[in-house]
Amino acid sequence: MKIEKTALAGTVESSDIQFTLSASDNGIQIDLDSPVKDLYGKQIIQVIEDTLKAYNIESVKVKAIDKGALDCVIKARLVTAIQRSLGMDEPNWEVL
Amino acid sequence: MEERLRRTMMFVPGNNAGMVRDAGIYGADSIMFDLEDAVSLAEKDSARMLVYQALQTQDYGDAELVVRINGNDTKYFHDDVFAMVKAGIDVIRLPKVESAEMMQDLVKVIEEAEKKFGREPGSTHVMAAIESARGVLKSLEIAESTDRMIGLALSAEDYTTDLKTKRYVDGVELEFARNMILNAARAAGIAAFDTVFTKVDDMDGFKKETEHIYKLGFDGKSIINPRQIDVVNKIYEPTRAEIENALDVEAALEEAHRKNSGVIALNGQMVDRPVALRAQRVIRLAKASNLINEEGDFIEE
Amino acid sequence: MRKVISLKNSIGRELSDDLMKKLDYKPFESTEIGNPVVQRVAPKVRVSTGNDKLTTSIKDVVRETVKDGMTISFHHHLREGDFIFNMVMDEIIKQGIKDLTLAPSSLTNVMNDKVIEAIKAGTVTHIESSGMRGTLGEAVSHGILKDPVILRSHGARARAIENGDVKIDVAFLGVPNADRLGNANGMTGDAAFGSLGYALVDAAYADKVVLLTDNVVDYPNTPASIMQTQVDYVVQVDKVGDPDRIGSGATRFTKNPKDLKIAKMVNDVIVHSPYFKQGFSFQTGSGGAALAVARFLRQSMLDKNITASFALGGITTPIVKLLEEGLVKKVMDVQDFDKGAADSMKNNRDQQEIDASWYADPDNKGAMVDQLDVCILSALEIDTDFNVNVMTGSNGVLRGAIGGHQDAATAKMTIISAPLTRGRIATVVPKVGTVVTPGDSIDVLVTEVGVAVNPKRKDLIEAFKKVPGIPLMTIEELQQRAEKIVGKPEKLQYTDKTVAMIEYRDKTIIDEVKQLKD
Repeated sequence: MKIEKTALAGTVESSDIQFTLSASDNGIQIDLDSPVKDLYGKQIIQVIEDTLKAYNIESVKVKAIDKGALDCVIKARLVTAIQRSLGMDEPNWEVL
Repeated sequence: MEERLRRTMMFVPGNNAGMVRDAGIYGADSIMFDLEDAVSLAEKDSARMLVYQALQTQDYGDAELVVRINGNDTKYFHDDVFAMVKAGIDVIRLPKVESAEMMQDLVKVIEEAEKKFGREPGSTHVMAAIESARGVLKSLEIAESTDRMIGLALSAEDYTTDLKTKRYVDGVELEFARNMILNAARAAGIAAFDTVFTKVDDMDGFKKETEHIYKLGFDGKSIINPRQIDVVNKIYEPTRAEIENALDVEAALEEAHRKNSGVIALNGQMVDRPVALRAQRVIRLAKASNLINEEGDFIEE
Repeated sequence: MRKVISLKNSIGRELSDDLMKKLDYKPFESTEIGNPVVQRVAPKVRVSTGNDKLTTSIKDVVRETVKDGMTISFHHHLREGDFIFNMVMDEIIKQGIKDLTLAPSSLTNVMNDKVIEAIKAGTVTHIESSGMRGTLGEAVSHGILKDPVILRSHGARARAIENGDVKIDVAFLGVPNADRLGNANGMTGDAAFGSLGYALVDAAYADKVVLLTDNVVDYPNTPASIMQTQVDYVVQVDKVGDPDRIGSGATRFTKNPKDLKIAKMVNDVIVHSPYFKQGFSFQTGSGGAALAVARFLRQSMLDKNITASFALGGITTPIVKLLEEGLVKKVMDVQDFDKGAADSMKNNRDQQEIDASWYADPDNKGAMVDQLDVCILSALEIDTDFNVNVMTGSNGVLRGAIGGHQDAATAKMTIISAPLTRGRIATVVPKVGTVVTPGDSIDVLVTEVGVAVNPKRKDLIEAFKKVPGIPLMTIEELQQRAEKIVGKPEKLQYTDKTVAMIEYRDKTIIDEVKQLKD
C-alpha cells in the first residue's frame, strides 16, 4: 500500500511525537528528529517500521518530530496519522 | 460488586501524552481518561488511540481505570467503546445520561465489543455522569439500569446551566442534585462521586466543598489536578477513635465467627450489618491512609 | 592506533594511565579526607600606595598583566547576566595572547561563544572549571581542546588555589560596587548579586587582582568583602551585567505536581530522620522541587516547634523567609540565586557571607559542609551504586556543573531528589555515564514513585520503614521501573581521547569523560 494523502498526527509537546506522512517516490523514507536519537533512535525507527508494516505500507515519507515520546505514544500517533491518510474510520483492530 | 475506595477520580485529558503517561504516579484511587470535553473534535481519533495504547502498556498500579467516552449521540461513541473494551478498561463513563435506556444502549455496544475481542462478558463496568435536571430526576432508574453499574457522578457545570443558575461558593445550587444522586446510588448499592472543583488554586474552597460532600456521604470527589488528591484523602482519613472502634468490631465478628455464634455483641451493643459494614469501610480507609498496616496495627508517626 | 592502558579507581571507573601520570593524579580511593598537613601558597604583591589603581582602559590593564601561558580567572556570580567575561576575553583575544589556562569558578551559557572563539584563536588552550554546558560543552565533548578540562567542585577549587595546584596569575572580578582602591562588596549597585563567595578566594590568592565595576563609590567603601590590600586595578566600565539575568527573579513556588510530590516526600524523609531536631542544619538547592521543600520544611518546623541553627550554600528567597521568621538562626551564604536572597544579605546581619573555602574546602581547619546535617541535591543520573552524575547528559555531552555537589554530599544525610525519568531519559540507571559524587556520600534517593535508602544506612531504613508517605523501595527496583517505562538505551560511542577529568575533593580522580564519536 502507498501513502498518497498527506496527514499529520501528534503534537510537539513534551513526551509527545508529531508525525507527518506524505507520498514518497522511493519506498519508506523516515526522517527522525529526536533529543534521544543517540539512545533510542534505532528503537523508535523500529516501532515506526513495524507499525507501517502492520498496515502493509510500502511507500511513504515519514517526518517525525520527537519530544521524548514513549513507544506506546509513537505507535498511537503513527497509527492515527496512517488512518487519517487512508481515510479509515474503523481502526485496524487486528494490527493493534 | 467489589467494594473499593473511590475517594479521588482524577481527570486526565486523553490527548495529552505527558499527562496520560504520568497519571499513575499521584495515587488517585481512580484515573479517568477523558475522550470527551477535554479533547477537540479534530483530535477525537488521536486521543482514543493514545489512551488505547497507553492502557495496553503503561503501569497505573492499583488505580481503577475509567474512561469518559463521547456521548451516544456522537459519531465517536461506537469507536470509543470498542477501543476501550479491547484495551481492557475497568469502567466506561457515559456523559450526559438522562435515562436507563442510554445506559442499556451503551451496554449493548459493550457486549458486542466484549464478544468481538474475547473479553469476559460482563467484565467491563459502567458509570453514569448526571449533568441535567432530567438526569437528576431519573437518577434512581439510571443507577438501577444495569448490573454493570458501579456509580453515579454529578457533573455540575452543565447541570447548573440547565437549572438556569451557576456555581456558587456555598454550593447551595447543588444540594438537591447531590442528595438525589447520593440516595439513588445508595439505594442501588453503587458509588456516588461529587463534581469537580475547577479553581485549582483555591485550596481552602476545595477543602470546604470536600468536607461538605464527605459529610453528605459521597464516596469521593472528581479532581482535575493531582495537588487536590492529598486534600481529599486527608478529609476521608478516619479518626483514631473510629479506627479503634472498627478494629474492635472486626475482632468481635471474628470471635463470633470462630465460636459459630449467631449473636454478636461488643461492649453490650449489638453488632449488626450496618455496623459491620461501616467498620470495614473505616479499616479500608485507615489502611489507604497509612494509619494502620495490613495486620491492623497502628503505624506510629 | 595508540594503545591506552587503563587503571581502575575504587569505584571501578577506568582511568587512562598515561594521563594520570602526566598530570600527576592518583585514582579516587575513598571519601575520607583524614588529617593531612598541607602547605598553602601566597600571592606575589606589587607594592603600591593605592593611588594608581583606577582606570577606564581594559586594554591597558590586559596589556600590563596578561602574558602568554598564564592562568586567568573569573567568577560566575553574575551568571547569565555577565558582561565582564566577554569584555575582558575580547580584549585578550584582540591582543593576540596565546596558550592561556582559563580557570573560572564556573562557566555560564553567556560565556560559551567567547570561550570557543578564544580556543579557536589559540588564546585559551586549557580550561579548569566547576562546570560547562551548552555550545561549549558540545565543543569540548567533541574534542575541541587538545588537553582535558579539569573539573572540580567549589570546595576543591578553593583547595587547589590555596595549595598552588591552580596558580592564578590574573583574576578579573566583576563587582557591583568598588572604591578607587578596590574595597568592594556584592550587595549594592545595579548589578548587586549578594554574596561574593566564589570570588573571594581568587581575590586572596591571585598575583594580580583586577576589579571591574560600573559603580565607583566614595572611599572607603564598607562593608568590604574584597579589600584594597588585595586589589591591583579598579577598572570602571559601562555596565558589569544585566540585572534581569543575574538572578532568577522572584522565586515562584512550583505548581508542577511531580515536583511537589517529590518535595513532600523529601520533607517526610527529613522530618522522620534522626537529624530533624532542635538546632539541625540543612542545605537545599535552587530547583523547583528544592524550593518547594523549603516551604514544606517550614510547616514541619512550625508544627514540631523546631528551629535550625543554620542553612548553608546557595541561598534563595524561601530560605531568607525562614531566617526572617526565626526558624533558621543563621544563613551561611556562598551565593545568592535570586534577588530576594541578594537583597537580604545587605539588610540581615544573620546572613553571613562565606567564601568557597569556608563553605566547602576539604583541606581546611573545618569547613561548613563538615557541620551539615541534611543536604538536598539534584542529579542528572544516579546508578544502583548511588553514584551521581551532574556533569554529562544521557547523550554523553558535558552539560552541567559539579558546583558544591561533592562537598555538600558530605552532610550526615544527603538526599538526592530527582524524577525517575525525564522525557524518555531514565534518571535511575544501572551505571551513570560520569561519576561526580560517589555513592558512598549519598544516603537517600527520593523520586516521585518511591524512596531508596543506601543499604549501608540501616538506621535510616529502620527509621523510615513504618512511615506513611515514605514508600521504601530498593534502588534496583527504581532502576528497573525506570527502564520499564523508557526502554533500554543504546550504548554511546566514545573515542579513546579524554576530554575532561573529574577531580574528587581530595585531588584524586573519580572519573574521566571521553570524547564522543562523531
